[in-house]
Amino acid sequence: MTLLLPVFAAFQSQSGQEGGFWFPVQASNHADRYDWVFFYILIVCGIFLLGITVSATWFLFKYHRSRAPEPEPSPSHSTALEIVWSVIPAIFLAYMFWLGFVGFMEQRTPPADAYEIHATARKWSWSFTYPNGAESDELHVPLGVPVKMIMSSQDVIHALFIPAFRVKQDIVPGRYSDLWFTPIMEGEFELYCAEYCGKDHSTMQTSVFVEPEGVFNAWVEEAADFISKLPPAEAGERVFKMKGCAACHSIDGSVVTGPSFKGQFGTTRKLADGSSVTMDENYIRKSILEPNAQVVAGFDPVMTNFQGQINDDQLRVLIEYIKSVKE
Amino acid sequence: MMEVNTQSPTSSQADDHGHSKHLAHHFDDVHQQFDTGKFGMWMFLLTEVMFFAGLFVLYAVYRSNHPEAWQFAAQFLDTKWGAINTVVLLVSSFTVAWAVRNAQLGETRKMLINLVITLLCAGGFMVIKYIEYSHKVHVGLVFPQLEHSLFNPNITAEASAKLAAYEQGEVFHQIEALSAAERNWVGKFFSIYFCLTGLHGFHVLAGMVVLSWLILRGMRGDFGPDNFNAIDFGALYWHIVDLVWIFLFPLLYLIN
Amino acid sequence: MYDKSQGVNYLNCERGFWSWFGTLDHKRLGLMYMWSVMGAMLVGGLFAMAMRLELFAPGEQYVNAEQFNQLFTLHGAIMVFLVIIPGVPAGLGNFALPLMLGAKDVAFPKLNRFSYHLWVIGALFFVGVLVTTGLDTGWTFYAPYSTLHSQTAVVWATFGAFVLGFSSIFTGINFIATIHKMRPPGMTWFKVPLFCWGLYATAIMQILATPVLGITLLLVGVERMLGVGIFNPDLGGDPVLFQHLFWFYSHPAVYIMVLPPLGIISELIATYSRKHIYGYRFIAMSSVAIALVSFIVWGHHMFTSGQSPLTSIVFSAITFFVAIPSAIKVFNWVATLYKGSIVLKAPMIYALSVIWLFGIGGMTGLWLTTLEQDIHLHDTYFVVAHFHFVMVGTAIFAMLGGMHHWWPKMFGRMYPEKLAQISSTLTFVGFNLTFLPQFVAGTQGMPRRYFDYAPRFEIYNQISSVGAAFIGISMFMTLWYLLWAIKKGKPAPANPWGAVTLDWQMPPIPDPHNFKDAPVVGDPYDMDLFVWSEDEGGYVPRNPVPGNPYQALPRSAIEEGTSSA
Repeated sequence: MTLLLPVFAAFQSQSGQEGGFWFPVQASNHADRYDWVFFYILIVCGIFLLGITVSATWFLFKYHRSRAPEPEPSPSHSTALEIVWSVIPAIFLAYMFWLGFVGFMEQRTPPADAYEIHATARKWSWSFTYPNGAESDELHVPLGVPVKMIMSSQDVIHALFIPAFRVKQDIVPGRYSDLWFTPIMEGEFELYCAEYCGKDHSTMQTSVFVEPEGVFNAWVEEAADFISKLPPAEAGERVFKMKGCAACHSIDGSVVTGPSFKGQFGTTRKLADGSSVTMDENYIRKSILEPNAQVVAGFDPVMTNFQGQINDDQLRVLIEYIKSVKE
Repeated sequence: MMEVNTQSPTSSQADDHGHSKHLAHHFDDVHQQFDTGKFGMWMFLLTEVMFFAGLFVLYAVYRSNHPEAWQFAAQFLDTKWGAINTVVLLVSSFTVAWAVRNAQLGETRKMLINLVITLLCAGGFMVIKYIEYSHKVHVGLVFPQLEHSLFNPNITAEASAKLAAYEQGEVFHQIEALSAAERNWVGKFFSIYFCLTGLHGFHVLAGMVVLSWLILRGMRGDFGPDNFNAIDFGALYWHIVDLVWIFLFPLLYLIN
Repeated sequence: MYDKSQGVNYLNCERGFWSWFGTLDHKRLGLMYMWSVMGAMLVGGLFAMAMRLELFAPGEQYVNAEQFNQLFTLHGAIMVFLVIIPGVPAGLGNFALPLMLGAKDVAFPKLNRFSYHLWVIGALFFVGVLVTTGLDTGWTFYAPYSTLHSQTAVVWATFGAFVLGFSSIFTGINFIATIHKMRPPGMTWFKVPLFCWGLYATAIMQILATPVLGITLLLVGVERMLGVGIFNPDLGGDPVLFQHLFWFYSHPAVYIMVLPPLGIISELIATYSRKHIYGYRFIAMSSVAIALVSFIVWGHHMFTSGQSPLTSIVFSAITFFVAIPSAIKVFNWVATLYKGSIVLKAPMIYALSVIWLFGIGGMTGLWLTTLEQDIHLHDTYFVVAHFHFVMVGTAIFAMLGGMHHWWPKMFGRMYPEKLAQISSTLTFVGFNLTFLPQFVAGTQGMPRRYFDYAPRFEIYNQISSVGAAFIGISMFMTLWYLLWAIKKGKPAPANPWGAVTLDWQMPPIPDPHNFKDAPVVGDPYDMDLFVWSEDEGGYVPRNPVPGNPYQALPRSAIEEGTSSA
């Protein structure tokens, strides 16, 4: 197999730092092995496909009716041949299975001392919680440290997918799922939701920041207690982003999935059931904790329930922020 | 080439003047027609078995996840009614098999009597099912998202009070004593109970339609020793409906 | 010389709407299926075109995210349930199976008609979906999105799919009974043509797998209407169970869709090479083997779903077994070409295309069943490209090849060969242009069902959209000249291709009851039995059966005759 490695390299022309024709950069411990197995299968399949195509094309040329007006007699079965072309592929297949099995077990077995980050998925945003209680809507991970993501969903099935890390795992409501990786390259990478989850599935994406341990530690410290350090409305803006509110609520008056917050505080809102209500602190609180009880007219009752997902401090500053969004 | 046709004397003439008026044009003879029909019927029964199999899988998975909750839940089913229904269906299977025999022997009167008994048994089964269902509905052992379900996590106070009052609240208090998670598991039992028995009940209803049709045709004098295909296939269907119940009864009622 | 005056045949024996809609004739039912399926395919195809147009550039162009989700859902649901699953078995299969087998009709003509009517009812449910709130669950109906969250007409769609499922089941029952019980004397199991073997294998899956989909979708409908809670995680239900039940059907469904088309390819390659099919028994048995293995591989759709690693490992291992019988088919097709006399008529272009397309479609499946590889590739465009190579590149291409092949037998008219060669080549080029780049988009990490995408995926999507335009143009062209050919095409001889299966040993347009006498059965791939006749413009039997100019005396009968004489 090692003889074939130069050929793999040709396929992955700019492997490592820049990504190549087939794959994005190799930014986690899984990527190198993953790409290697991909190219192994590519070469095996390539050889078979080439063989089939070349012989079919050659036969088509040689035995075209213009050159071969009548078929020549030849046998129409050979058990030996059938066995040969069943057994030879079978050997390659068995090795493929083995490679996949070994890699899979590696991906499914996180090291015991991995740094644990909880991910919460909801329609249509992410939030990540770190061991010290810090929360963010973008994923920050330390370079060179094994990270285990423990994931849960608040509504439907989502899937966390980081192409540069070659990891993916479905997040099924009602249970935890996990995946792990060791980031090996500094930088910003894409994180997608890969399981269809409704209207804004394709915008349910965020970034992964891989930072040297020192930078990461400083960030996670700061992120844990920003509420006590910042003015309420400013802290509220961070909560607004962190909890993914922006996926459905704009602050510039445009209507997305839910109503915009711009200049709405204190106004009277017409509800879907015909009644109306004043948008005050209590209405905001209720709309976050029991979102579908009082839905504004013209909108579908689709908001995710944040009961148990948001604490009192966060709620307080978030309300302050919404109050502050005016003209 | 003519020797090909000599094997089945009716083949080339079947179109124009077949020997039996019951022979469809595309068959060579009545034996082929009967064999084909029977084979098709068996294939249909395989489909039916797989149709129920999906639900049996759900049963097996949820039961093995929480066996104790399911044993607890099964006690709320009425074994007495279940047992009576089992006997009713067994009798009906017997009479329908007898009716086939009658048809083969040309005993039209006996055949009709047996078919009518079968139909009555089927009706009796549905009546008993109705009694069981309506009791479950009254005490709140229904789908968790229905308003008056004991398993509804957002049950209204009004519905709750009504359920508590029914039959001195016997069922109500037993379910109330469970934790929320346990209630979910017990609720699964009743969800699957209703799905399985509901689907089976639907098949009984379909069977009743088939039986009525057979009775009407029997009264018209359609069946006899040379034409009993329809009644044979109808009986096969009825046996499978019976057989499914033979599995349902112990799985739902008896394991507790 | 044949009698070319068009006497009574199945097309002109009766007239009027009810003579078609209420017919019991498998040939007429086959044609009606074909037209209906083509109608559904037009709708599903237009949805695909709209999607490709939208995806030409990132961001919002012509439709918004909600409409886009509806487009891919309905494209998938229509193409799977209304087009590909009934397309070959119920359409071409209905027309050809009894003819190839030498039977006067399918085993249960009334059930056959009922199947078609169920198809129409199922299609009406989908029309209901289209004119009301649409459908946005993806054709997979994954819970809990479908059961609790979607605001669209999920109940209509699940009931529609349920009804279509029974249409498919009844077709399966009909075909399996036909093949078992309706074969004429002399048609032993190993003289059954390979298309019929494909239909047989498919019938097994239709009977055993489809009811499980039926009950699963019924539960989704009941869940939405009554709240049973079986798949609802808030009530202790398990959404992953839905996936298990769904794929228990929907994986075999893939083989329901491809095995009969692969059977057609075997017919086409043998016929247009004028060569006995290579490895007949292995091809026949490979279909049955794939059908049986198909029941125990469904878990490979769920490697990242959170099922236990052990489960995934077992499913991965079993799935590799599907590769062997698939490879056997391809190798045998190539071997059939050897020392033949190949003529590149349009059906043969389709057949040779399938060798390439099915090769790629099958081989890319190997990545997806290699456990580790699937983690990165699952739910990306790699998967989208893979299953389009199988379901379009194989199933639809073979269906088109089959339609061209049987068009003369269906309507007694030839399609315009040159146009057909151009459009089949165009379709092949367009298809590769559309779906090859999607493999790379997938490995680069573009998730499927994405309305909007990162700019670095733009190039793949642009090539893809251009390719889709090619497919669209060639499909309209095909539809147009096929329709033209029915009225204006050159009258067809009884056997324009020199095929030996029994469907070509009859008048240009079949009689209403197919065969007056039980046909004489020989080796279905003994190409020597027919020779080209310039007078007829087609092939004629080398030794006709006495009293029947269309039928060739099989080799065994000739040898018997000479030895006794």
